[in-house]
Amino acid sequence: MQTALLSGQPNLLPPAGAPGTLYGSLLNQGAQLDALASSIHGDWGTSVYKAAPQAPVLYIKSRNTFVGSGAKVLVPAGCDAVEIGATWGLIIGKTACRVSASQALEFVSGIVLVNDLSIPHASVHRPPVRYRCRDGFCPIAGQSLPVTDMLPELSVWLDQTLQQTVRFARLLRSPAQLIADVSAFMTLQTGDILHVGVDAAPALARAGQQVRIEAQGLAPLVTNLVAA
Amino acid sequence: MKTARVLYNGAVHSAIAHEQGLLLADGRVLNELDVIWLPPVEVGTIFALGLNYADHSRELGFKPPNEPLVFMKGPNTLLGHDGQTPRPKGVKFMHYECELVVVIGQRAQRIPREQALQYVAGYTIANDYAVRDYLENFYRPNLRVKNRDACTPLGPWLSSVDEVNDPQNLALVTRVNGLVTQRGSTRDMVFSVAYLIEYLSSFMTLEPGDIILTGTPDGVVDCPVGSVVECEIEGLGTLRSCVVDDKF
Repeated sequence: MQTALLSGQPNLLPPAGAPGTLYGSLLNQGAQLDALASSIHGDWGTSVYKAAPQAPVLYIKSRNTFVGSGAKVLVPAGCDAVEIGATWGLIIGKTACRVSASQALEFVSGIVLVNDLSIPHASVHRPPVRYRCRDGFCPIAGQSLPVTDMLPELSVWLDQTLQQTVRFARLLRSPAQLIADVSAFMTLQTGDILHVGVDAAPALARAGQQVRIEAQGLAPLVTNLVAA
Repeated sequence: MKTARVLYNGAVHSAIAHEQGLLLADGRVLNELDVIWLPPVEVGTIFALGLNYADHSRELGFKPPNEPLVFMKGPNTLLGHDGQTPRPKGVKFMHYECELVVVIGQRAQRIPREQALQYVAGYTIANDYAVRDYLENFYRPNLRVKNRDACTPLGPWLSSVDEVNDPQNLALVTRVNGLVTQRGSTRDMVFSVAYLIEYLSSFMTLEPGDIILTGTPDGVVDCPVGSVVECEIEGLGTLRSCVVDDKF
């Protein structure tokens, strides 16, 4: 587990403890899939993607990306703005291998706010390491909630302005179905986090702005973006 | 020096290569068949390269990329030497990928390629199995192909840098049930070890224990259940694994 990598910064790890591996879900927000489909005029067959997605599409946020609330995160030189991927992370509470959707939530010890930061990239054909795995690019809140208390929306604030409301009403796979379909081909370990996906058009934020992701009843997940 | 991590009589040991097998720190010498091999290092972030040999790119029908095609793998994929990798039921094409692995030895940020090899702790071998039946074109190669449990044997040894004269001049050979099916040389990499460290450390911090699987050359074949697959890299040893039936 890495601390934020700016010198002199206090230790801002998620107090709930270091995640094992954090897996992000691509195209699980219905709107995100719709947006990709419309970018290729609804024609999967002639696009670079060849067909609509079948299995869950995942990516890894590596350990250098993990920081807690209040961390300063560098916006890379040459990058105008970063995407604020406000989402819920499902914390795996016990080893989940080939679990059924009806049992899947028994394997979740809680949910946590995640800010899956990324550099905007239109094509999702090739893996996104350069866009998604920069140091500090995955702020994670310290406070968790029971999965049964997952709120249907999150607010994204930039400084004093409410920039976006992210809704979770139209997920392709519910948290339970997602865990079932992922654990069908790989084991999720205790301490791993699987997030349920980010919205189609995430809010964009620039160096100098403070990002707050808020859910009712939870401390906000705060990220201070600074110029590289 | 070549080092390993093994399980023996209920304990995890560091061992070094010995002419009769392995030498434990307490002086015991063990036959290599009497231990359970673990991955030779405690692994942090796992990077892997696609299409990093021009011949293998052509084999798959792709032009070599302009930028390294990097993806990541989770720790669920790792397996020690002489382990078993399950083949999912009903699949048509599951193949090995013999790869030179670079183990990072110290924190690396924005390292130019000329200095990059100073950040290497050593080298080992991976077999980055892929199940091609599950390929889809979103963040390809997708995790269902490349992030399966026990699909990435690693080892047997960590060879320190002084054991490797030139990481860009090592012969690779893969044998399936004793027959050679893949031959190549690390000199044919599109992006060298030093370049990959420069590239990755230009946008993220590498830490000790992070590993980079540097891609595979031409010559991958389907491995049915029962295949004994040996990936050998000049000077590093031979990594053996067995493809077994997925019971479920």
